[in-house]
Amino acid sequence: MQAFGLFNYWVVVLLMMTGLYIVTASPNLIKKIIGLNIFQTSVFILYITIGKVSFGTAPILVDGVSRYSNPLPHVLILTAIVVGVATTALGLALVVRIHSAYGSINESELQNEDAADS
Amino acid sequence: MDIGSFLINAILLVFLAATAIAVARLQNLFAGAMLFGIYSLLSAGVFVVLDAVDVAFTEAAVGAGIATILMLSTIALTGIKHESIPIRPLRSLLLVAVVGAALIYGTFDMPRFGDAEAPAHQHVALRYLQQSGDEIGIPNVVTSVLASYRGYDTLGEVAVIFTAGIGVLCLLGGSRRRRTDPADKS
Repeated sequence: MQAFGLFNYWVVVLLMMTGLYIVTASPNLIKKIIGLNIFQTSVFILYITIGKVSFGTAPILVDGVSRYSNPLPHVLILTAIVVGVATTALGLALVVRIHSAYGSINESELQNEDAADS
Repeated sequence: MDIGSFLINAILLVFLAATAIAVARLQNLFAGAMLFGIYSLLSAGVFVVLDAVDVAFTEAAVGAGIATILMLSTIALTGIKHESIPIRPLRSLLLVAVVGAALIYGTFDMPRFGDAEAPAHQHVALRYLQQSGDEIGIPNVVTSVLASYRGYDTLGEVAVIFTAGIGVLCLLGGSRRRRTDPADKS
């Protein structure tokens, strides 16, 4: 079973790279933000995987249980989720603002318009 | 190793990977946003299996709920339903392959899944589990750490959310006023 011990990390790398692909290859700004969120959630899964202890239980103190998973990654990721949605909101607000100023949210069209202006 | 929870975790992770790849291949933005909601919900399931119950309900409420609603409202505000074809997909694929291979190489030094002897479990986490019941008096260790031991982190988090809120208000509040400005129409 030791060979499966790295499976979680491999899926995390796959998800992370899917997010990176969307951010770099997609011309659409909304799609780029979806890609950033996919990348971010894969980092959450990486942290929570590190915190898991075999045969452990959720870190809520109960009599008769002595094996708990690590609570520290959970705390860090709770903070990260809330900060993540705040940055997503700011990014999407920027997209709405760019759309009202340029009439487009396509990266190449925005660059063409900027090049034509200068 | 804890085989039962590992198997459920592995099945959910395969679903997650399939959903993420579907998001990358779809050109319909509405479908992409909805699939992202499913992706968040599946990751909340993974968190439950990996004993992170607090993280799971935050992800289900904030990730699957609020983030999806924000994306859908942006699609509604801009009125753009489809994206055009990817720019330079081959260059991106090459970048992703190189970075991915480096990361996979890095995982061989990671502690195995569920290893109780892993370095992450040896330092301050042990103290939280043993002492927080007496010191703080709350059974949920995550709450004790979040609100007491690392309370300044949470204060910083509130500052970040406040800043983001002001940013969104400045960006969107201003544009709405300008659009309804009668002097703008002339």
